Amino acid sequence: MISTEHRAGRKDEGAVLITGVEGRFSRRLVRRLHRFRKVIGMGTRPALGFPLDVTHYQTDPLRSAARSAFGECPISAVVHLGVVHDPHAKRAEAHSRNLLAFQRVIEYAKLYAIPKVVLLSSANTYGPRAENAQFLTERAPLLAGGRFTDMHALVELDMYAQSCFWREPELEVAILRPANILGTVRNAPSNYLRLPVVTTLLGFDPMVQTVHQDDVVSAIELALRPGAHGIYNIAGPPPVPLSRALDILGRKRVGIPYTIAKGGLAGLFRLGVSKFPSPELDFIRYVCMVDDSQARRRPEQQGLGYSPHFDLEQTLKSVDEERWVS
Amino acid sequence: MKGVRTLARLSDVAAGQALPLFGKVFDAARRQAERLSRRMLGSDFEERVAWLRRRYEAMGGDPFGLDPEVAKSAVTVLSFFHRLYFRTETFGLENVPEKRALLVANHSGQIPIDGAILGSSLFLDLNPPRVGRAMIEKWAVSLPFASTFFNKVGQVVGVPENARRLLEMDELLLIFPEGVRGIAKPFHKRYQLQDFGSGFMRLAIETNTPIIPVAIVGAEEQYVNLGNLEWAAKALGIPAFPMVPQVLVPGGQLPLPMKYRIYFGEPLRFGGDPNDEETVIADKAWLVKQTIQDMLNRALAERKDPFF
Repeated sequence: MISTEHRAGRKDEGAVLITGVEGRFSRRLVRRLHRFRKVIGMGTRPALGFPLDVTHYQTDPLRSAARSAFGECPISAVVHLGVVHDPHAKRAEAHSRNLLAFQRVIEYAKLYAIPKVVLLSSANTYGPRAENAQFLTERAPLLAGGRFTDMHALVELDMYAQSCFWREPELEVAILRPANILGTVRNAPSNYLRLPVVTTLLGFDPMVQTVHQDDVVSAIELALRPGAHGIYNIAGPPPVPLSRALDILGRKRVGIPYTIAKGGLAGLFRLGVSKFPSPELDFIRYVCMVDDSQARRRPEQQGLGYSPHFDLEQTLKSVDEERWVS
Repeated sequence: MKGVRTLARLSDVAAGQALPLFGKVFDAARRQAERLSRRMLGSDFEERVAWLRRRYEAMGGDPFGLDPEVAKSAVTVLSFFHRLYFRTETFGLENVPEKRALLVANHSGQIPIDGAILGSSLFLDLNPPRVGRAMIEKWAVSLPFASTFFNKVGQVVGVPENARRLLEMDELLLIFPEGVRGIAKPFHKRYQLQDFGSGFMRLAIETNTPIIPVAIVGAEEQYVNLGNLEWAAKALGIPAFPMVPQVLVPGGQLPLPMKYRIYFGEPLRFGGDPNDEETVIADKAWLVKQTIQDMLNRALAERKDPFF
C-alpha cells in the first residue's frame, strides 16, 4: 500500500476523471482515490453504490455529454479504463469505439489543459508465444494482435497512446501493462481460476504471473504523480507454474489435449456457452510474463516506486473473495 | 531410495515372522540396493538436493520453473548412465566458479546425451552442486510434456534475454556453439569441431562472464553415423537424418557404452565491445573453439581405450 505522505494528490488539487467507471476494478480505484482527491466518474451504466462525493456522468467520451464532465472543474488527470473487453461484442464496433473513445479523451485533455492521461493496457498485449523471453520488457513488440483478433483493439489503443509521447509532448501519458489481474474483477484470468474444475492443456504447465487488483490500483495511483509518464509493466508476486497456482487454490483440474480443447472451445464459444475464445488457450500453453523492474525503480530514476503488497497466496485466493459491496 | 526403504520394511517383517531365510535374502538385497544407490548417487545426494533447494528458495523460487524435486528424479535416472553406463570421469572441476559462467562444450553423439551427462556431473560431482542451464530450441516449447519437463529440470528457451537473466542470477549456462552441425556429424568427423556460432561470445563480453571451455570425450563415438540423408531430413522437417546401422541390431538403440571423460578448462575472459563487427567477435569465438580442440586432442592422445 502507499503511505499517506506519498499519496498522489490532495483534495484541493485538480480532480481525477475515470472513464469506464462501472466496472468492479474501477470501483476499487474510485474508493481508493476519493479519500484524497476529487473524483469524477464516467460510465455508460447508472451510478450505483458510489461514494457520495463522487460526481458521476452516465455517458461515454464519444457522446457530447462527456464535454460537461471534462469541463466541470479543473481536472489534473484522466484514468482511461473504458476499454470494451467483451469477447462476444461485435468485433468491428468494439474496435472502433475503443479507439475513437480514447482519441476523444486525448482531445479533451488538450482542450481543457489536462496534464496527464493514464491508460490501463495489459501485459497480454505482448501475446503468449513459444519464442517469448521469460520476462518481456517494455521494449518488446506487442504481438498479441497477430493471433488474437480480439486483442487488436487493445494493442492499437496502446500504440495510439504511445504515439502521444511525440504527438502531444505537453501531455504526460502513462501506459500501465499489468500481468493477469486477479481479484473480484470479472476478467478472463479471474474467471478461469474461479472455475470449479479447471481445464488445463495436457502436457503443458507454463509459468504464470499474476497481480492483485489492489496492487494495480496502487500502481495507477503512483502513475498519477506529476512527472510519471511512459510505459510500465506491472507484476505481482514471483511467477509460479499454473499447476502450483491451481494447487494453492485447491482446484480440481482436467488435462485435455490441445487439439481437442481448441476445437471444443471454439464450438462452445460460438454457441455463447464459453467466455474464452479458443486462441486464448495459448495463455495456458506458453509464457507471457513481464519484467516490471522499470515500475519498481524510484521516481527519480524514471520509475513509479511500485512494489506489490500482496503475496502469492493472497493474490490467488482473492478470486474467491466475496463480491465487493459498496 | 524408496525401493530401499520398502526392502528394509519387508526385511523387518520377514525376520519378525520367523522366516529367517527370507529375512536374510531381503537383508542382502537391501544391502546391495543401498550399495548401488550410494555408488550411483553418492552418499551425500540428499544433502546436494537440499543445498540446491535452499539456493532456489532463497531466490523466491526459480522464475523459469525449475523444480528441484523433478530435477532430483531426473538426476536419479541419469546417474545410472553417468556412473554405471558411461562411467564418467571429470577433470578440472575446480575451474568451475561458484558464480556465473558460460560452459562452452563440444556437441556430438546424434542425441544430446552429452549435455545431460555434463549437467549430471555438475549436480553429482561438483561442490557445491549446480544446475547446468541449457538453452533449448524454440520449437521444443510447443511439444506437450517435453516442454514442461525441460522447464522443470532447468532448461530455458534459447533467446538472449533469458541467457542474460540466468547470468544475472549467477547461474551456469551450458552452451554448445556447434548446435545441430556438431550433434549430427558423421563418424569420420568425430572430434573435429564444426563451425562455432558467435552469439555466446557477444553475451560473455556484454555480461563480463568467464567462459569455461569444456571438452567431452566419449560421446562422439556412442553412435556410428555413416552420413546424413538430407532429402529424408527435408521431407520430415527435421534438422538431420543420420544413418546409424547399429539401431537395427537388437539393443543397438542404446548408445555404445563408451567411457565419458569431461575436461573443464581454465576460465577465459574476453573484453571489448559486444556490438563489434562479426569478424572481430568470430575471431574471439575461434580462440575458444581452438582451446576446446586442443583439449580434445590432448585427451585423445592420453586415452588408451575408448571403452575403459
